[in-house]
Amino acid sequence: MHPAYSIIFFTVSSGAGFGVLAALGLAAFLGLTPQGGLYWAGFVIGFGLSMAGLVSSTFHLGHPERAWRALSQWRSSWLSREGVLAIVALALAGAFALSLLMGGQGRLLGLLTAAFSLITVYSTSMIYAQLKTVQRWCQPLTPVVFLCFSLAGGALIYAFLAQVFAGGAGVLPTVAALLVFLAWGAKLGWWRRGDTAPVLSTPESATGLGAMGKVRMLEAPHTGGNYLLKEMGYKIGRKHQARLRQIALMLGGIVPVFATLFASWGLWPGLFLLMAVLAFLGGLLAERWLFFAEAEHSVMTYYTRT
Amino acid sequence: MTSLPASTAVKLGLVIDLDTCVGCHACVISCKEWNTGGYGSALADADAYGDAPLGAFLNRVHTFEVKPEEGPATVVHFPKSCLHCDDAPCVTVCPTGASYKRAEDGIVLVNEDACIGCGLCAWACPYGAREMDPVEKVMKKCTLCVDRIYNENIVEEDRIPSCVRTCPAGARHFGDLNDPASAVSELVAARGGFDLMPEQGTGPVNKYLPPRPRTPEPVPDLPDLADLAADARETRAEGFFGWLDRALERL
Ligand code: SF4
Ligand code: SF4
Repeated sequence: MHPAYSIIFFTVSSGAGFGVLAALGLAAFLGLTPQGGLYWAGFVIGFGLSMAGLVSSTFHLGHPERAWRALSQWRSSWLSREGVLAIVALALAGAFALSLLMGGQGRLLGLLTAAFSLITVYSTSMIYAQLKTVQRWCQPLTPVVFLCFSLAGGALIYAFLAQVFAGGAGVLPTVAALLVFLAWGAKLGWWRRGDTAPVLSTPESATGLGAMGKVRMLEAPHTGGNYLLKEMGYKIGRKHQARLRQIALMLGGIVPVFATLFASWGLWPGLFLLMAVLAFLGGLLAERWLFFAEAEHSVMTYYTRT
Repeated sequence: MTSLPASTAVKLGLVIDLDTCVGCHACVISCKEWNTGGYGSALADADAYGDAPLGAFLNRVHTFEVKPEEGPATVVHFPKSCLHCDDAPCVTVCPTGASYKRAEDGIVLVNEDACIGCGLCAWACPYGAREMDPVEKVMKKCTLCVDRIYNENIVEEDRIPSCVRTCPAGARHFGDLNDPASAVSELVAARGGFDLMPEQGTGPVNKYLPPRPRTPEPVPDLPDLADLAADARETRAEGFFGWLDRALERL
């Protein structure tokens, strides 16, 4: 599948943003009400990242001026649900922020904010996980991976902010390291399944001619390109793929885990946590680029020459 | 609503005969022509006369080679357009309600005024039956010529999809596939019509008819061409030149 930058940025940014909002909500629910600089920076970053992602997602639309229509089909469409849930989550987060500002504990609103933030991330992942046509995406681990990355991003950013504004992050770096570790465990399993699952659709099943022999394309329907090939015909080179997976894992997994561990041992905690956050987000951009570039669509069985 | 109708009483669709299709692409051109002037916005091309032309098409003809374990390969021409699936995944993913399946006849359509051009439906279709219009930026797909088949302003024999009307080989058939007594249903039953990618669970309405088996006799062993030529030379020489030829040879 064609890796569109607007969508890559959207999933990474809104995933991290809703992760931060979920972290703020959970903190309040557990009675660790975010205050002062932590409060302000947390909400600015949480709202900023999630809204920047949502705005970016409209950039790839043919008619962004009609985007409001996408809120209407929540009964059947995950994309529509995602839009509606994002608005509900942001509204709840707004109410939660306001209640804290007015001196409240925000326990209930915090819990609701966290829940709806995570449900929003879940529905983002289901836009991809529901597509039977893209086998690599259509597996139960897809939402797990999205949710884990969102939680890990939220925890990392929250730990960094707590370090800077609340004078110490306590167990937060350890929690964040655990979540990063978990997320990459899920991701490695996801990769494995995607690499080894037997293919669902073949040129033989696509043409129904398998009983006659092995099917391959002799002539493409047109000598020029077309929308299908542009959108779904993207193919990544094997060498590239292996290299990028290493980069994603290194930046998004190994660096943040070690950096947070150093921070939890009291070694320049601010610096190491900042490094963890930046490396994690960078690694996630590579991971999300691969998410699209590696995925193969069933329509390409009609364009197979081998 | 992009929820699918529970069932449709009529299932209009195409039956495509892979035995008869000669791969002339006439249906592709007639489809493009009709849909450039008919339903919805024109079916556009980008850079039509430039270096990298890119157009939207609702029907494309692929050509495949089918190679058995032993023996020569077969060439099969393969027209492909929307199959108007019963469980159309393209419809349920649409966030705006622009994509819908008609309860009365099963035709899957796009309301272009409501389409935001997100392209998710094209991702959801396993067959590549939807293409984004490069100029209008809305999703395009086969309408089964909904603006012809019920159109009382055109003569009766034209009230079938443009591709079916055009096909010079008679490889395309149109009718109600829900009615077991319809000509198309009988054709499907008689010829063993099949679904494309049944494993995707889309329940396509359109059916394909397989190429008929090859003539069973093996190709006879051809005599050596050099021998044939030599024989021909000998028997050709008759009359005066024949006598001359033989006389000269005897010298
Ligand atoms: S062929 Fe594709 S576009 Fe047509 S109804 Fe089926 S899934 Fe939808
Ligand atoms: S491209 Fe248009 S018709 Fe297709 S899913 Fe998006 S809004 Fe619906």
